[in-house]
Amino acid sequence: MSVLLQNQGYADERLRVVTKRLPCREAQASTLLALMGEPEQHSYPSIFIYGHTATGKSHVTQTLLRELELPHAVVSCVECVSSGLLFEQVLLAFFSSSLTLPRSPCLSDFVRLYRQLCAQLPATQTRYIVLDRAELLRDMDANLLPGFLRLQELVEDNVTVILLSEIVWDKFRPNTGCFEPLLLHFPNYSKAELQEILAQDSHPSYSPELYSSYINILLGVFYSVCRDLRELRHLAALNFPKFCEPLETGEAKEKDTHKLWRNIEPHLKRAMQTVYLRDVSSVQWEQQQQTEERETGGLKGLSAHDHVELPYYSKFLLIAAYLASYNPARTDRRFFLKHHGKIKKTNFMKKHEKTSNHLLGPKPFPLDRLLAIFYSVVDSRVAPTASVFSQISSLVTLQLLSQVSHDDQLDAPKYKCAVSLDFIRAIARTVSFDIVRYLYDFL
Amino acid sequence: MTTTSVSKGCFVFKPKAKQFKKTLDAEELFTNGSEGCESSKDRFRLCQALWNNMKSETESVQDGLNKKILDSVLEFVKKSATSFLSREEDWASRMRASEIPTAALVLGVNVTDHDLTFQSMTNRLQQSVTPFVVSVQAKECAAVKHLLQKVLQRLMGINVSVDEDEEEASANVPQNRMPCSPSTLCDWYKTACEKPSGISPAKKRRSSEMEFPPRPPIVVIFRDLEAFSSRVLQDFILICSQYTQQLPLLFIFGIATSPSTIQRMLPHSVTSLLCIELFQSLSCTQHLATIIDKFPFKTSGKVLQVLVGLFLYHDFSVRNFIKGLQFSLLEHFHSQPLSVLCRNKQDALARARQLSHQEVERIRQLPSFMRFVEEQEPQEQVELLTNDEHVKDVCQKLLKGLRQYHKNFFPILRCLHVLTSSLPKYPLGKQIRELHVTCLEGNVWETEEYESALQLLRLLAKDELLTVLLKCVEILKHGKAKKLRDALRQLQDLTDKFQQLDDHSAVEGHVEGREDDPSSGQGIQKKTDLFHLQKCLLQMKDSRRTKKMSPFELLRNQTVEYIDSLIRVHLAPPESQPLYEVCYYTSSGTLRRHLNATPRTSIQTALNHPYCYLQNEALRNEAGAISNAAPDICIVYKLHLECGRLINLYDWLEAYTTVVTATKEVDPDPSEKGKADEIRHARFIRAVSELEFLGFVKSTKQKTDHVARLTWGGC
Repeated sequence: MSVLLQNQGYADERLRVVTKRLPCREAQASTLLALMGEPEQHSYPSIFIYGHTATGKSHVTQTLLRELELPHAVVSCVECVSSGLLFEQVLLAFFSSSLTLPRSPCLSDFVRLYRQLCAQLPATQTRYIVLDRAELLRDMDANLLPGFLRLQELVEDNVTVILLSEIVWDKFRPNTGCFEPLLLHFPNYSKAELQEILAQDSHPSYSPELYSSYINILLGVFYSVCRDLRELRHLAALNFPKFCEPLETGEAKEKDTHKLWRNIEPHLKRAMQTVYLRDVSSVQWEQQQQTEERETGGLKGLSAHDHVELPYYSKFLLIAAYLASYNPARTDRRFFLKHHGKIKKTNFMKKHEKTSNHLLGPKPFPLDRLLAIFYSVVDSRVAPTASVFSQISSLVTLQLLSQVSHDDQLDAPKYKCAVSLDFIRAIARTVSFDIVRYLYDFL
Repeated sequence: MTTTSVSKGCFVFKPKAKQFKKTLDAEELFTNGSEGCESSKDRFRLCQALWNNMKSETESVQDGLNKKILDSVLEFVKKSATSFLSREEDWASRMRASEIPTAALVLGVNVTDHDLTFQSMTNRLQQSVTPFVVSVQAKECAAVKHLLQKVLQRLMGINVSVDEDEEEASANVPQNRMPCSPSTLCDWYKTACEKPSGISPAKKRRSSEMEFPPRPPIVVIFRDLEAFSSRVLQDFILICSQYTQQLPLLFIFGIATSPSTIQRMLPHSVTSLLCIELFQSLSCTQHLATIIDKFPFKTSGKVLQVLVGLFLYHDFSVRNFIKGLQFSLLEHFHSQPLSVLCRNKQDALARARQLSHQEVERIRQLPSFMRFVEEQEPQEQVELLTNDEHVKDVCQKLLKGLRQYHKNFFPILRCLHVLTSSLPKYPLGKQIRELHVTCLEGNVWETEEYESALQLLRLLAKDELLTVLLKCVEILKHGKAKKLRDALRQLQDLTDKFQQLDDHSAVEGHVEGREDDPSSGQGIQKKTDLFHLQKCLLQMKDSRRTKKMSPFELLRNQTVEYIDSLIRVHLAPPESQPLYEVCYYTSSGTLRRHLNATPRTSIQTALNHPYCYLQNEALRNEAGAISNAAPDICIVYKLHLECGRLINLYDWLEAYTTVVTATKEVDPDPSEKGKADEIRHARFIRAVSELEFLGFVKSTKQKTDHVARLTWGGC
């Protein structure tokens, strides 16, 4: 099924190696190779490769360039906190010198330098610049993306820019217009392809057939919920020791696929509940698998530890903030005044307030409303000490509250409560405060 | 500053270290304001010694508490380090090669306390696992480049440039400039790893000392994960994940709230690059309990309550708690001249012999000593009030008594805690500190809770009672005082009896059962009329209650009674002891004022009652009226209280003028009057702007010539 890549410009031996290292991406690789043409030929100025995460974009490009020994520079745009770094890496890769780059260079500096260096060291083969995570280019200088797209023209050199991204080209196109690159899509792997790729990293002490059948079982369980190659590989590594357990103890042989299946299935089902969550580390998971027979459910994941210990007044401040965030300000009178009179929900509220406030999310509230509610919910008299105020700001740094307005403390700062209902109920329970009674939504 | 140069120009003067004004050192500051100057130096030294002692003790306690979590983190780092090395051979490590091992440390909400933990963790890591440990804080890392820069800088110990325009100063030293990218780090790491085997002798000696593994991991500690912006963190992790092959990176997250923060901050695409393991530290309340338990300094119940209250209600910070104790220690030695006697036994007795006349007078004025004198015989009273030498003798005796009291107090307190902490509903509190506070405040045996606790003790089953008693015996074994020895012997006897009970119970129960039967039969036979019957039945009930008691019950009552007597003797509150003022710090009000400040209340007091701070007699008499003698800002403040949310500036000025000119005679000269008006106007404007600065009013655009009021109480 593997179609050998063909191009006259390269030795067959090399191409065979490349083909072997790029399983299930033959079609894409050969398209790319065709676009690149022979080493000496001028290539298209820019190629835009997109596809979902873990579809082999970077792998295919980099393998091709590396194995065919073409001059290339691979730059990850996350790393390049400034465009200067990007230029530097490109120049370093091609000419192994970037010393003459001025401080905070702009694109024209780069082009000028490139041309200077290029004159000394003209390209014999097409040079390739691979920009990984190209979507970040959009946040850099406005002329950077259009500049790179037609770099060939600008520097008058045989250079091709390959952009890699998970986002479609439509989201890139600057509104000033630009040179349109060639688009190349990498589709998701199919089930069979996933099977083939995953089967490649087999365990050295077991036969490849066994591992392949294991992958088959794994995909059967997980394929419906997860098609991410990386996640699947993680899951495969996680559960393989369990799969091999009967083989280790001698209960089953490699041929007893049914027995092995019966053994592993419940574990995979359990792993299914936490897929994508990465609740526990892989090391912990293995430990859990080992100790499972003795105690069930001993280890809890990250999300299980949702309990936060807070000082007493901080709890009440948080409760007050929650009430202020989710109750309309006009209902405060009803909840916190003794003789508030009867207020009917239906007539009282305006139409838009009839929808649940919990669906709309937290609303900002000023500091004095928070304090007013705080003083009325806390059961003892609290002096307005400095530490009460500092607790508010420490709640903000803990990200339990968030400050909405600017930092000016004089000008009535506004906050929002950033915790969930379950969380606040747990907090309220520890101080035996019935928060539901005070929430307008649950009246 | 002068120069020897004849030409004009700019000269750089570097500040010389010694040129600063000489600041008072702590001792002088201490002696300056304190009472009883003659002994203040002595007291200062005592205070310092005691504090140093306390400090080292608490540090060792904290180290001990952190040991467990630190050990497990260390273990984790070591394990990851070996997994980095075995990537080639081991299948599992290879499959996990792209994940960055991450330790999530949940340390509690008291962020300020974490410094100590991280410090000792860094030290231990550097000692045993890897020399490459970096710790970063959120406030230094507003963007990825800053984070990268900090990490690189601290690892490599050199300047790396990030922002070209930011570092103009370093422009003239270009040889130090390195691009701030992880590839720089990779190159550096490669050379750094090779070096130890190289020739540099300094490195060699270091490596031979510490025995690091061949490729030590690079540990990056994020001290406060919550405060980092998630964008920065995501980018940093993404960048790092691309270098997992070259760099054995390892993260440690310091988390204040809950581990689910990680999932809230980082999307799946990023968490899938991490291999997170969770470590939970001891809760801070437990931490506090251990600290309180170990503390040598004595405070009164109220002071302890203030400190514990601050901790529980406000900050959960053990560090602040210790600071509070330090403060009370200082304050005690500073304000109580007799604290010279608060030292170890021999010294205290020696010092008591050398008391000056003034000090003896002070002792006579102590409330506890006065109480003590009143209890004495008349003759003795006279002696105590007139004869200094006699007072010194008595004082020594009392100091010994106080020491004895302390020796007995704490073991018995612990016993009582052991006995009551297992009872249902914890009548005397779950933590020993609650019990401690109750005991310090008054006679514990007079409280209702104590009664109910004893009732519950009388109902305990045998094995439960026996276990708590054995625990008490264990505690009392450490006591050295004579009375404790006696108590220990008694308790041991009692436990022995409990244990022997098993053997005898069967026989005795039988015998008693037989005894019971005839008496009850007799009682009923004799009945004649209703009254007699009733009486008889009551008697029977009584007798049955006493008689029916099994030997176990008897023994149990006896035990509880004995414990009760022990408590009554030893757990008297310190106020009952003469000379307790020497050792106990009592002024909780001062402490509260200093540690839990109320800025708004003091501002309001200052504005409402300027006399309170200015001590000017002219301001004294006012009850609700606004006096024109008060400072302008006070007048303006009081006037603004009467206004609504928006205040008309002109009306305000008018009111102000009325108040200020209230008692003055009308000035005849019109030009003078105009001038005075201008001055008043200026004073008013200044007062208003001061109010604005204090945050009581602000300018508003809703209405011209109006200011908005920012405090409550507006109509």
